[in-house]
Amino acid sequence: MSVQTLDVKSSGPNEHGYRSFSLGEVTFSRDEYFVYVKWPTGRHVMSADAFLRSLQRDVAWEFFYGIVNFDGVIGTVNHYGTVDLFAGRYNDAYRKAELDHVENFPTPRIKGTFAAMLDDWTSATFDPFASPHETGTAFGPKAGSNTAAVTRRRVTAKRMVGVPGDEPLRSDATGHPINRHFLDVPQDEPTILAEPGFEGQVCAFSLFAYLSRSNVTWNPSVVSVCKNSLYCPTTEEYILPIIHGNDRVEWFVQLSDEIYWDVEDRDTGAVRAKVVMKPGDVAAMPADIRHQGYSPKRAMLLVWENGSPDIPALIASGKAPTNPVSF
Amino acid sequence: MTKYVTRFGSLEHYAKGGVEIIDDDPKRYTFSNMFEVAARSKPYEKVAVGKNMQYVLEVLRAEGTSEWRAAAHDEFALVMDGEVEVRLLKLADPSVVPPGKEGSIRLRAEPTGRKMGLVRARRGHLTLLPAGAAYQFHADRPGVILLQTIAGDDTQYRWAEICQTM
Repeated sequence: MSVQTLDVKSSGPNEHGYRSFSLGEVTFSRDEYFVYVKWPTGRHVMSADAFLRSLQRDVAWEFFYGIVNFDGVIGTVNHYGTVDLFAGRYNDAYRKAELDHVENFPTPRIKGTFAAMLDDWTSATFDPFASPHETGTAFGPKAGSNTAAVTRRRVTAKRMVGVPGDEPLRSDATGHPINRHFLDVPQDEPTILAEPGFEGQVCAFSLFAYLSRSNVTWNPSVVSVCKNSLYCPTTEEYILPIIHGNDRVEWFVQLSDEIYWDVEDRDTGAVRAKVVMKPGDVAAMPADIRHQGYSPKRAMLLVWENGSPDIPALIASGKAPTNPVSF
Repeated sequence: MTKYVTRFGSLEHYAKGGVEIIDDDPKRYTFSNMFEVAARSKPYEKVAVGKNMQYVLEVLRAEGTSEWRAAAHDEFALVMDGEVEVRLLKLADPSVVPPGKEGSIRLRAEPTGRKMGLVRARRGHLTLLPAGAAYQFHADRPGVILLQTIAGDDTQYRWAEICQTM
């Protein structure tokens, strides 16, 4: 049986209970352990848990900035209106063998298919945003769904979290208990003394307490906005499920604990550097690399982005450098 | 049950990570540590530790009382160490900050205007410095502020001094 809606093409459930999906010439299917991706010149297998964690970020971030590599073979490139779905495009061996494949789709179409796949393939026991210790299994035959988890709204403050009318603070009452790794993080809020007439205009909040109550990992969310300068802190535990390929310079500020980064050439995957970040460290990720992080304990990381839509074209045309600064 | 300890840095206690180069130039990673930068800075110097086109992250060593400053756009002060009092004042004459001016400007003296209030911020607290308001920092003991802003006339660039180069 084939099911086709306006944007999503899928089959009926297979013997494991999961539907298969297609986007152009690329097909996706899964069984109890694995996800199978096929395109005209090749095929690829991923563990279902790793695939779903990557898929979750791609959907929630609206394909983020630049390239979201699910692994060394498949992924997406955001063109901000359309999205490339690729296999082997950023893998030197696939490129040389001419086995790579790229298709471009309007963002709503690929997002619709990815969201439907994520919802169908995520059973009730699994939360792709949670750390491995905080979720059940992604494996086995289909067993219910976890729609509430996979459709979480991404926090995007317009000015600053806590400002009246903007994103709210987190608390037990909002369903955000302090994470087990952050029980020692002070929960005191800043003292605010506003003069009469300026209530609501003198604003501050505890970012560290806010982050200690995050119920997701590797999910940058916007907490303060200075024009296109975006503070996107996130809490990190275990492995960044995707390998993020930059289309602009991205900055990391380590707020707490420690994260190890592998840095590779964005286009070929050749290893370039390893970065160890400790509290207070600041580092740039140049615009021509891809990176993946490892966090042994839940850590607070401030990801700092320039959200200007003009940057990818400036860098691609050589009008802006791939390095953050020259000295 | 494991008891987890969250590690933050401070002026007194910080350990720096680093870049291990396989096939690249370490300068491209612009790697520094804000506590090390603040430890070597004069009070309230605005030292850039991050730059993304016109936008910057500045590290300020909070110690004593700062000058009054104001910007035509919002800025955000994250206290990374110590306790900082942030004093806010609504400028009687907003034109002292030219519209469209990027980065904050130094005000020659305490500006005239209505007091908006103050914030006492400790480690991890993020304070909005609203567009069109003057602000002044005060810290009884040395602390560290990370400022989200736009590069301005007083932004200091010391990349060769603060960043890993080898």
